[in-house]
Amino acid sequence: MSEAIDYRVAHRTGAINITGVSKRFGKLKALDDVSLELEPGSVTVILGPSGSGKSTLLRTINHLERVDEGFIQIDGEYIGYQRRGNTLYELKARAILRQRVNVGYVFQNFNLFPHLTVLENLIEAPIAHRQLSKREAIIRAGELLETVGLRHKADAWPRHLSGGQQQRIAIARALMLQPRVMLFDEPTSALDPELVGEVLDVIKKLARSGTTLVIVTHEVGFAREVADNVVFMVDGKIVEQGSSAQMLNHPRHERTRRFLARVL
Amino acid sequence: MNPHQHLHVVPARYPARTLGAVVALFILAGVVQSVAFNPRWEWGVFARWFFDPVILHGLGQTLLLTLLGTVFSLLLGGLLALARLSSSWLLSSLAWGYIWLFRSLPLIVVLIILYNFSYLYDTLSIGVPFTTLSWGHFQTINVLGQFPAAVIGLTLVQAAYSAEIIRGGFLGVDHGQVEAASALGLSATRRTFRIILPQALRAIIPTAFNEIISLAKGTAMVYVLAMPELFYTIQMIYNRNQEVIPLLMVGAAWYLIITTVLSLIQHSVERWLARSVSREPQPSRWRQWRSRVTPLNPVEEISHVRSH
Repeated sequence: MSEAIDYRVAHRTGAINITGVSKRFGKLKALDDVSLELEPGSVTVILGPSGSGKSTLLRTINHLERVDEGFIQIDGEYIGYQRRGNTLYELKARAILRQRVNVGYVFQNFNLFPHLTVLENLIEAPIAHRQLSKREAIIRAGELLETVGLRHKADAWPRHLSGGQQQRIAIARALMLQPRVMLFDEPTSALDPELVGEVLDVIKKLARSGTTLVIVTHEVGFAREVADNVVFMVDGKIVEQGSSAQMLNHPRHERTRRFLARVL
Repeated sequence: MNPHQHLHVVPARYPARTLGAVVALFILAGVVQSVAFNPRWEWGVFARWFFDPVILHGLGQTLLLTLLGTVFSLLLGGLLALARLSSSWLLSSLAWGYIWLFRSLPLIVVLIILYNFSYLYDTLSIGVPFTTLSWGHFQTINVLGQFPAAVIGLTLVQAAYSAEIIRGGFLGVDHGQVEAASALGLSATRRTFRIILPQALRAIIPTAFNEIISLAKGTAMVYVLAMPELFYTIQMIYNRNQEVIPLLMVGAAWYLIITTVLSLIQHSVERWLARSVSREPQPSRWRQWRSRVTPLNPVEEISHVRSH
């Protein structure tokens, strides 16, 4: 494990507080009064059948989706709002973009920028935010590519890489901004089975780095190995949550038991 | 021992294809022969006028009109496309209205209206409407001459088409790209120009070059303003000397050359944009040709490897 992604350990930042969040898409209630508290540096896996609102919940944490009700805080800061006294002012698009710097997001379909090389993909955001000079960004990109084991691919085009390699690059790209929180939206669902392992290995490395991780996945074995907490969702509600050992070995709810029996 | 060794392979033959090709070549030869040897085509007259300074001046005007029309219409069209894609209802409706209007009006009507603008408005002024603020007055007839009227007319109409082409390109880019850029906190401007536009270009370029080529030929329409571009110049000349066909051939040949050059530019732009997609990018035609003419010296190649 290189020190490239160890930088957050000392700070213990990245606490996530979700309070009474609801979100509708037309008639469908995608999220229904969801509350969740995640410790700084913890690793949380969200499980649930498809359409249960797992991805929507993840997207609201990054404000890719605006919530209808409720609040989301990262280290006490309201996502999408600014608090002055007892009033919350909705933030403008520009300020929301600034908040997103603290939250890394990894997509199911990688969404690398195909017209930029691997290195250009990585250095784009820190340079755009004036966090780093181009030289510093290239140095950090080299370190992160080393971490994900793809230093030799720095000048490749994303389309010439395998899915597993693309996803590892996407993870490195998200880490370039040194986020306090990393969100993974089914990071291995679009991969061939033999490529899943290499991506999960990278996430495992991250789990020990002190960054708060929230992972939506169907890999229950991975959850058992890495997660501190497991959250189980159905129909936009949290059915059950707890430590991964308790949740995966002795689930209390019938619905959770049935789901686990099917995916294991 | 290979048991298939004694077998003999006969490739499939297509006699009808060969016959078709021979017939086509025969017809082509007939056309070439009739064009080259019929004295009424008057190739001597063609040669005399082809590089005539008057024709070249007209050609220059056509090229300048095409260039300015293309640049301005792409700029205006890009803004209109962004406005149509904007989440502001008002902006997108206004842009839709513009596109609707200028796709409906024939170019010739727009040009004639612009040319007669001084009849509608004696003076043009720069200022804020509905107030007395003003920074300058101009006589319409002095400002809106043939050339400015032609450029403005071509730009106004062409921008409506360009806007739709550009918008189509933007819509073709996967929405995940916008989300990924937002998730990295990239600003809207950076998202548009650094992430979305370069990818949209691959879809925009072929259609855009169609439009540029039709614009190059469409500039002939400004003859209604009596502007001496290529086609109007040719008309003036053959009206005087009655050599209609050879002079039209002069124009046709020049338009052919313009289109060929534009097609070559299109080809290289597309190759450049495809560099992130193709697995084994081929060297450009020019390099292929050069390496065939002067093959790389093997000694040179070895020293090049050593230097690393």
